[in-house]
Parts: sequence; structure tokens; C-alpha cells
Amino acid sequence: MGNGAPTRRRIYALVGASVIALTAACGGESDESASGGTVTIEFAQWWEPELPDGSLRELMDEFEEQNPGIEVELLSGPYASTKEQVVAGAASGTMSDVVGLDGAWVSDFSNQGSITSLTDLMAEAGYDESELASQIQIDGATYMIPVVNFVYPLITNDELLAEAGIDAPPANRTEFITAAEAVAGLGDDVSGWALPLSLEAPNGVQNDVMSWVWASGGSMLADGQPDLTNAEVASAAEYVGQLWDAGVISPGAFTMKEQDKVEEFTNARVGMMISSLAHVNTIRETNPDLQFSVSAIPAEDSYDGERGIPYASWGIGVAENSEHKAEAWRLVEFLMSEETNAELSSLANAFPGNTSAVPDFVEDDEMFATAFEIYQSGYPANEFTGLPVAEELMRMFGEEFQGALNGDQSIPDALDAAQARWVEEF
Amino acid sequence: MQQTAASSPPSRARRGLRRHLTPYLYLLPTVLLMILLMVVPIVMVIGYSVQDNVITNPNPESVGLENYVEVITDPVFHTAVRNTVYFTGVSVAAHLVLGLAFALMLNSPLVGRRVRAVFRMIYVLPWLFTVAIIAVLWRLLLNPNGVVNYLLDIAGLIDSKVEWLANPDTALHAITFINIWAGYPFFMISLLAGLQGIPKNLYEAARVDGASAFHQFWHVTIPQLRPIIISMVLLDFIWTTQQFALIWMTTGGGPINVTEMLSTFTYKLAFSRYEYSMASASAVVVLVLSMILAFFYVQHQKARD
Repeated sequence: MGNGAPTRRRIYALVGASVIALTAACGGESDESASGGTVTIEFAQWWEPELPDGSLRELMDEFEEQNPGIEVELLSGPYASTKEQVVAGAASGTMSDVVGLDGAWVSDFSNQGSITSLTDLMAEAGYDESELASQIQIDGATYMIPVVNFVYPLITNDELLAEAGIDAPPANRTEFITAAEAVAGLGDDVSGWALPLSLEAPNGVQNDVMSWVWASGGSMLADGQPDLTNAEVASAAEYVGQLWDAGVISPGAFTMKEQDKVEEFTNARVGMMISSLAHVNTIRETNPDLQFSVSAIPAEDSYDGERGIPYASWGIGVAENSEHKAEAWRLVEFLMSEETNAELSSLANAFPGNTSAVPDFVEDDEMFATAFEIYQSGYPANEFTGLPVAEELMRMFGEEFQGALNGDQSIPDALDAAQARWVEEF
Repeated sequence: MQQTAASSPPSRARRGLRRHLTPYLYLLPTVLLMILLMVVPIVMVIGYSVQDNVITNPNPESVGLENYVEVITDPVFHTAVRNTVYFTGVSVAAHLVLGLAFALMLNSPLVGRRVRAVFRMIYVLPWLFTVAIIAVLWRLLLNPNGVVNYLLDIAGLIDSKVEWLANPDTALHAITFINIWAGYPFFMISLLAGLQGIPKNLYEAARVDGASAFHQFWHVTIPQLRPIIISMVLLDFIWTTQQFALIWMTTGGGPINVTEMLSTFTYKLAFSRYEYSMASASAVVVLVLSMILAFFYVQHQKARD
């Protein structure tokens, strides 16, 4: 009897604790609370880990100073986990107020109704859209604004090219295959070109295969629908097949990812790659002695029109479930302002999403200046942006293309199969 | 006395009720957590699997078993089942053989105590790495320019670089090998504990009866270890069929789809195609297969008890 009361208390405490724990677990809605008149908005993105330490937080502090009453909580993670977090948030209606977006996600999120129309927010705020370099629209409404753009030029190892007897980066396809064969002929485990076709991260299809189509003014779409069997796509695919058959492509292509490609290039095991300008600093830091340069992606020999240059964006959008859309838009507006956008572009080594912004590196660094010239002389091309299940489309193409390179089917058959699979998704 | 007589019946009833309820109150936190973390998600996924696309579709409608039919008739699903069966079967068999061999070595009186301690540490190492580390490590080792090819080359065993993970002919075997490497220590540790629990007099009696080393192993060691072996094999079957991270981080289900497993197939449906209902149907199929294995495991445990 003497133990009865403490035992009872223990039981009640246990039950109480479990109820509190469960209540806490169930009360999932993250608090964008207005405490003491201050609104806290969440900003989920993968940018912070890719920028110099603390630099994005500094920009947020600046924003908070300029906008008293609004605080920004950064939710940062690597690209892949941010994507899963955003997808899960979209599914459960708990998406952060402001989200970093990849163009490949926009169509799905807008169809799902998880991101809001920025066209409406811009109208409500009386924002002047003319400063925006581009907007990603679905059915006439803007859902994503590219904050900064990373272009994908051809990056060549000048020493290897010179050693192979090539004086200048190749400008057309014939020159490219000649250079690739010459570099591969050097031996010592050196290859001419790196082609990442990993199915885990299938963006090699966009950056390293379709870039050949866009560089010659071609398109993989016709009236917004898949058109993978047209002459330009067929020609580019056959050309990559030709490079494969010539044995100039770095081994391990079917599981190679973007970072593997950069590593192979940095270690001078590959002569040429199509890669993001953002990797220039990584290469310089990892291998300061490497002599390399950037140039436009080679076009078909007879082509003399404007060249499409692939790009990837750090885009931004606002969640439909946000209770603070006006404040969220203020943050978007801040990031797109001339001064902040130039600063962010400089930090990220990317080209600005604001037409008036000029990043520092364009004036300070010859290589970036060249890249800026290439960017301005051509046009940014990424036809996957805004397509439904864009990443899956890349993966489907990658699977069929791997089958063709492996000799299981011909390249025209692979394009037919990919076309049929894409049409189903549209 | 009077007081006692007056308060006795209700007090006894209350005490009886309290005694009756006490075990349930102790169980309550666990039961609530299990309902919240297991029952609710499973019921939700089963519910999703019989609707046209949920989450992306704000007003989903019931479609019966349509998603199941679509998943089960998908040729990639068949490939995933075949690959999963191969990957799991070979992994479990190799885990058992290697685990038993190393456990026997570590339990052998022929090996000195210090040598045994060193080897115990070496053998258990793979178990200390997380899946992410294992994936990165083996991607580097099996890279065409990696250490494995280098060693095979200087040993004269290969004359050109083998693309272990990127070649459709070798990729499935390569990731199965990695999984074997990562998983055998768990078998080894468990079997070693089992070996150390076998009474010495059983071996003495067998020796008196003239049993050879092989006969002692076959008629004493194996029967004594059988309960552990069966439990381990069943658990390993369940865990290996659910292996996702290792495959995703090494091959992503490729090249083409030669390493596609049920886990990667389901993941792609959900997070790449945003077909959450189809992914739910696929997940329920995996759940049913796991439940069958779990059923055998529970039956075996009951028989042991």
C-alpha cells in the first residue's frame, strides 16, 4: 500500500509524458509565428552550403534590417535533400514560405497547387518585371524566377590539348572529335571527353547530351510536345554515339555523376568536358596548376546561327500554403534587386537573374568575362525547365541511350523508344 | 471494523480495477507510439494505393486495384523482382557462409588470443561504416581508374580497365559483392556468440565416439547453431530485400536497369515521377512480401519458445 501512490504517480507521469510527446509529434505545422509583431518566414534552399560560409545569412540579416518586423529562418541542405524536403512539404502542405526551386520541379509543383502564382504577387506589390532576365511560366502565370544562372560552356584542358597538337578549343563537331581522339591518343589513362550518364542524377542528359542539340540551334520539342526523332536530336545523338565508338569517352560513363566528371577533369584524366561555370573555382582550388579555358559548345560544322548554351538556375518561388505571402514576396524582391542580385551572383560565380546587375567577377576575371561573352552572344537554353516530371524524362532518355551505346539497340530505335515514353508522360 | 466493512466493497473493486488496468497503462505509451508511427502510415499507404494519384491530385478517386495491376504488369517491375531475388539470395547465402567461416576461425583454439583479437577487429570493420561511406568507398575502389583495377592489372589478371559498376554485365554482381562485404560481420558476431555457447562436452562425447572434425561440425556445431542461423537468415532476407541506399548511391538502378530493385523502383515512382499511388501500390507489394518472411520468422521464434 505504501508504494501505491508513487506507483500511481509514475503511471500518470508516464501517460502524461507520452500524451505530451504525441501531441508534440502531431502538432506538425511549423510556426511562422507572429511573436511580438514579428513575422518569421522560412526559406528552404540548397544554396547556403554552396556559398561561402555565412554569406547567405549575411544577406538575410541585411534583408531583416531593411524590413523591420520580418525575420528569415534559413532551412539549408544539399540539393537532393532539399528536393525531398520540398516534395514532402508540398505533399503535406507544410512547404516553407519561400523555396529554392529547380526549373525541373516547377511544372509538377504548380500542377500540384503547392507553389503560388508570382504573377499575382508581383501585381499586388506593383513590381516592375522588366528587370527580370527570365521567368518560368506555366499556362501564362509565373511560378519561378531564376535568381542566378549557371551556364555550361565547354571547358578544355589547354595543356593536354597542346600536348596532343591541338592549338585552340574546338569550335565545331569535326574539330571536337579530332581533338578528343588526339587527347585520348596520349595514353596514360587520359580520355578525350567525359560523359556522365548516371541514372541516379540523370542531369547529364540535359547538360552533356542535349547541349549538342541546343548548341546547333536545335530543339527536342515541337509545339511543347516531345520531338526526339527530329533531325537535330538524331544528329546530336548519332554524334555522341560516334564519340563513344571512337573510344574517346572516359570509362565508367553509365554511373558517372557530375562531380565525378569534374574530378576526372581536375585530375587531368580527361581533356574536355561540358560543365557548370560554378566549377571553375573548384578546379582552381583543387588543382591550381591546371591550365584550362572556357569556350562555346561546338556546333554542327555548317551551323553559323546563335548557339544555345545550357544553364541551370537557382530559382525561387513562394508556397501556396504560406500565411505570409506578402512578406515572402518582399524576400524574393530583395534577392532580385540589382544590388543584392549582383552580390549573390558574385558569391555564387553565376550570372544574375536581374538584367541590370553586373557581378564583380565579370570585370575581375578573364575566364568569367569570356563566359559572359559566350552567354551574351548566344541564348540560354534548357528545354527541360517547366516540363512535367523533367528529371524522369532525363532518366528515361538516359536508359534508352545507355542501351544504344551498349549495343542493345540502334540510336534511332533508342530515340523512338524515348519519344514513346516521353509522350506517355506528357 | 465498521469503517472497514463500510468502505470495503467499493475499495476492493477499485483496487481490482486498478490492478487490472495497470499493465495496460504501462503499455499505453508504446501502443500509442506504434499506432502513430506504424499503423497510421501503413493504413494511409494502403489507402493511397487504391486511389488515382494522391497528393498531386487534390481530389483523388478510388480506382480499386488498378494501380496494383499496372505495377505488377510493368516489365521494369519484373526486372526489379528478378534483381532483388538474385541480390538478396546471393547476399544472404554469402553472409551465412562467410560469417560462419570467420566465426569458426575466431572461435578456433588453434588461433592465439592476440591474433584472434586483431582479426576480430579487422573482420568487424565493414559493419562500422554507414551505408553512405560504404557506397563512396566502393565507388572509388571500383572506379575504372581505381585501386581494384590497378591491383588486378599488376597481378596480370586483367588486360583492360573493367567498369565494374558501369558495365551492364558486371554491375549487379558488383553491388551484390559490396552488400556481402558490408553485411557479413553481423552474421559473424551472432554466430560467434552461438559457437561460444555450445557445451564443450558435446564435442568431447563426439570425439570419444570417433567423430572426425567434419562430423563434429556437421552433427554438433550446425544443429546447435540452427536456431540462430534460421533467425539470422530470415532477418537478413527481410533487411536485404529492403536495401535502398547502397544501390541508389552506387548505381541508381542502372546501367539501363540491370540493378533496379523493388526499393529503387518504388522510390523512382514516388520521387521522380510523383506517382504516389503507384509507389504506394508497389510499397504494399513489398510489405506483403516482407510480411510473408516475417510470418516465417515469428513462427520459427514461437517454435523455439
